[in-house]
Amino acid sequence: MEIEEVYSSRELDKVEGKAINELIARSQEPIPDPDRWLDEDIKRNVLVTSVDAIINWGRRTSMWPAVSFPACCAFEFIATAASRFDISRFGMEIIRASPRQADLMITAGTLTWKMAPQIKRIYDQMAEPKWVIAMGACAISGGIFASSYSVVPGYNRIIPVDVYVPGCPPRPEALIYGIRMLHQKVSRESIIAEGK
Amino acid sequence: MTLALSGKDIAKQIEKKFPGCVAESAAESLLVEAQSLLEVAAYLKNTPGLDFDYLTAVSGVDYLECFEVIYQLTSLEHNHSLVLKARCYNRENPTLPSVVGLWRTADFQEREIYDLFGISFTGHPNLKRIFLWEGFEGHPLRKDFL
Repeated sequence: MEIEEVYSSRELDKVEGKAINELIARSQEPIPDPDRWLDEDIKRNVLVTSVDAIINWGRRTSMWPAVSFPACCAFEFIATAASRFDISRFGMEIIRASPRQADLMITAGTLTWKMAPQIKRIYDQMAEPKWVIAMGACAISGGIFASSYSVVPGYNRIIPVDVYVPGCPPRPEALIYGIRMLHQKVSRESIIAEGK
Repeated sequence: MTLALSGKDIAKQIEKKFPGCVAESAAESLLVEAQSLLEVAAYLKNTPGLDFDYLTAVSGVDYLECFEVIYQLTSLEHNHSLVLKARCYNRENPTLPSVVGLWRTADFQEREIYDLFGISFTGHPNLKRIFLWEGFEGHPLRKDFL
């Protein structure tokens, strides 16, 4: 019986050595890491927009109301701010006690001439840009007290009003509709036009 | 429950002390002449058995022919009450004596009546408008105010 050759021939060793040497010769530099994902990430995270659009987006999505609720419409505003209607959906849940941190005055209630200087003062203390929503009949025109000796017939006698929300009092849905109208108004503003 | 004293009974009692001071007396109230208001009020406050030590409210009414001021008196000690009234017929310059010296409650309430009816309370330490502002023309709760 013939015994099989255990060891390979020298030819095979030569082929192997040649392959290894060729691989070493080809591998003198490291292969570059794959970097296609960087391009994809830039596409995901860098947006191209106008300055107006981005500023107005920021302004209208975080309008903080100032505390100025002289009468009963305040309860509808409180309902609007609480969990059922939840104005934190619009970034408005922070009702600022300091007018210097507020952008929006929601004038919820009857204003008397004796109280009017204080409301004017709160409005003047608010930083620009600032907006006013006249909430309810009293805020729009004085309502049923329009002919009274002591009631201001509409907030627009003392401060400029952006949006009027009718009702006595307006329901929270109506106030939210007014807030959405104000958002539309803000989204049409331009930093160029502000100079005039 | 606070016992409401009859104005007629009190009228008999003070008529002996101050003759001619009672203008009208009814079961529920006692109307005194304006010039004797202060001494009657002091008597009601300081007489043992009456002791009206607490003034619940002061209010005003315009009846066109006169102004009426109504004092709701209570005795905390005896738990009884009385309605005291006084009138002034001068529409141009209505005046009544102030009871602030007897009951401090009257301070703000007499100012309110002065503000809204224009009745001057002589002897009031700080008689000026309380709700309306300085310079407001007229007195809004008068019937002829428009």
